[in-house]
Amino acid sequence: MSSYSTRGLKWFNALAANAVEVTGLPTSVKAADGTMGDQPARFLAVVADPDNRFPRARNGEVGLLEGWGLAHAVDTAIELDRQSENKRALIAIIDVPSQAYGRREEALGIHQALAGAVDAYARARLAGHPVIGLLVGKAMSGAFLAHGYQANRLIALRDPGVMVHAMGKASAARVTLRSVEELEKLAASIPPMAYDIDSYAGLGLLWETLSVSQIEEPSAADIRAVQECLTAAVKDAQAGGNDLSSRLGAPNRSASSKVRELLRAQW
Amino acid sequence: METLSFEFPAGQPPLGRALVGCVGSGDLEVMLEPGLPGKLTIQVVTSVNGSSARWQHLFERMFDGQMPPAMSIDIHDFGATPGVVRLRLEQGFEEIGHD
Amino acid sequence: MTDNAHLLKQHSFVELGARQRARALLDAGSFRELIDPFARMTSPWLPKQGVVPQADDGVVIAKGSIGGKPVVVCAIEGNFQGGSMGEVGGAKMAGALELAAEDNRKGIPTAAVLLLETGGVRLQEANLGLAAIAEIHAAIVDLRRYQPVIGVVAGSVGCFGGMSIAAGLCSYLVVTQEARLGLNGPQVIEQEAGIEEYDSRDRPFIWSITGGEQRYASGLVDAFVADDVAAVQQHVEHLLHKGKPEQERSSQYALFLQRLGQVDTTTQIDPAAVRSLYQGEQP
Repeated sequence: MSSYSTRGLKWFNALAANAVEVTGLPTSVKAADGTMGDQPARFLAVVADPDNRFPRARNGEVGLLEGWGLAHAVDTAIELDRQSENKRALIAIIDVPSQAYGRREEALGIHQALAGAVDAYARARLAGHPVIGLLVGKAMSGAFLAHGYQANRLIALRDPGVMVHAMGKASAARVTLRSVEELEKLAASIPPMAYDIDSYAGLGLLWETLSVSQIEEPSAADIRAVQECLTAAVKDAQAGGNDLSSRLGAPNRSASSKVRELLRAQW
Repeated sequence: METLSFEFPAGQPPLGRALVGCVGSGDLEVMLEPGLPGKLTIQVVTSVNGSSARWQHLFERMFDGQMPPAMSIDIHDFGATPGVVRLRLEQGFEEIGHD
Repeated sequence: MTDNAHLLKQHSFVELGARQRARALLDAGSFRELIDPFARMTSPWLPKQGVVPQADDGVVIAKGSIGGKPVVVCAIEGNFQGGSMGEVGGAKMAGALELAAEDNRKGIPTAAVLLLETGGVRLQEANLGLAAIAEIHAAIVDLRRYQPVIGVVAGSVGCFGGMSIAAGLCSYLVVTQEARLGLNGPQVIEQEAGIEEYDSRDRPFIWSITGGEQRYASGLVDAFVADDVAAVQQHVEHLLHKGKPEQERSSQYALFLQRLGQVDTTTQIDPAAVRSLYQGEQP
């Protein structure tokens, strides 16, 4: 019995089965160096640590140690490959329920810790590392910004438990002065408000969605399918630029493109 | 939220355009641009439903006895009181340099 | 000059709207707004939910110069929807920063100043706000390689949510006494963690943790200035001319991990402990 998701850890263990674990990181941050075919890769995940020194980050939340820990894990990959032509791919396995909410977190600057993770992921991408985000569970708000949202390519497994959002339903309802039911009704007609992965895919932010048979306990076939998809994503990222422009273009996100067109014309 | 349209007789169009205010609580945003000679058109988008008569009344009182310039005015209202609306409109008229 | 005389001479920066703030920072006559309100590039999502939009979607993009240096200023209007970032406003900021980075690759040294008054993602545009914030992050890290990106949190909204991470990515941060900077809003923390952990109605407590003065004393921002137009302008200009920092704050994971390792998490933390942990002498 656990109150936290173990998907991230299971997918990490599955994909990084033959990889060498990176040491010196907080227990809640997993990183390991392996390969996918002939492509070197560092797999990264934030996992629950029930003994986390910071009690508000024991269920897999991204907190102070996780933000700075991810920064550490990513930055060392950049350093290791500084002279290399063949930069290792960074595979962020995403199953993060939220950022950590607590007094210590705010007081010690959790925003800065999350900025540390974003900084490292973005620098890695700019340095030429293919950065791939694999959504296997929740990808919520600040936690997703810190772990995955800087990826060149995002892949989501097709499952009701895989969701991207800015805020949990209950909090979002309270902040927007609506009932959860009203919120769900709105979400059905306003794609960016929806919690399901298909609506999210409709915004053009995902490179691929993928069905697996056993998301909680990935089968050998599931792992193979995901590996193939990751490999294709890495190749696509290597062929494309190192910015996030591939996320633009969906009809449900046309204003984002229009604004950029106008800015460029008036610049 | 509702969208309302109004039209009033007017004089000549002003030269400039202006923006005053902000769509903040109890405030409104007013955008004033030159319109067709003789006509003042106002479009109001307001968070307060059922307020058409109040807007009509407010505009009539404002333009009573003085011909407004020919303009196209866009209002985005977030529950401003008539006093605030009047203030913003006067501010806008002043900024487009009409006297 | 007496305190009163000084106060009378002071012109509040906090009281200015986003457009006025941008104008106040830029060299006289250099302000040029892109996608101005008359372009009517409004939120496509708010009216669908019965919410009145604003003509500029709450974000002002202005090009110009500061102390002769080319800059783009991105100013958020905190009075519109709490300064929340929607699709259009977010794309304006991300797109402007992307073009500033492109300028630099073409040899034009455009820097950026971000005036941050925001609660973070606009929940009515949820995932598009979040996506835009990720792109703002990406663009800051890109542009920062060439020129300083200066964040100003003046108040009174403060800077929260995903945009507090954007603040954390800035080369330099300037705050006033009226500023608050934190990831999570007080009410959300109280709701998630309980009133014992975070009492959202205890204002002195909130300010002692996330207020501008505390952030400055803890080394999490670079300048603490008076709420005065001239003072803010001078600090921004000074930092622009200083150029890029030796090391960005957000790249200093080793330092922060080392310091966090010293925190006793068996008891609750207080503001003084944060100050000495981050700024005090280390063994």
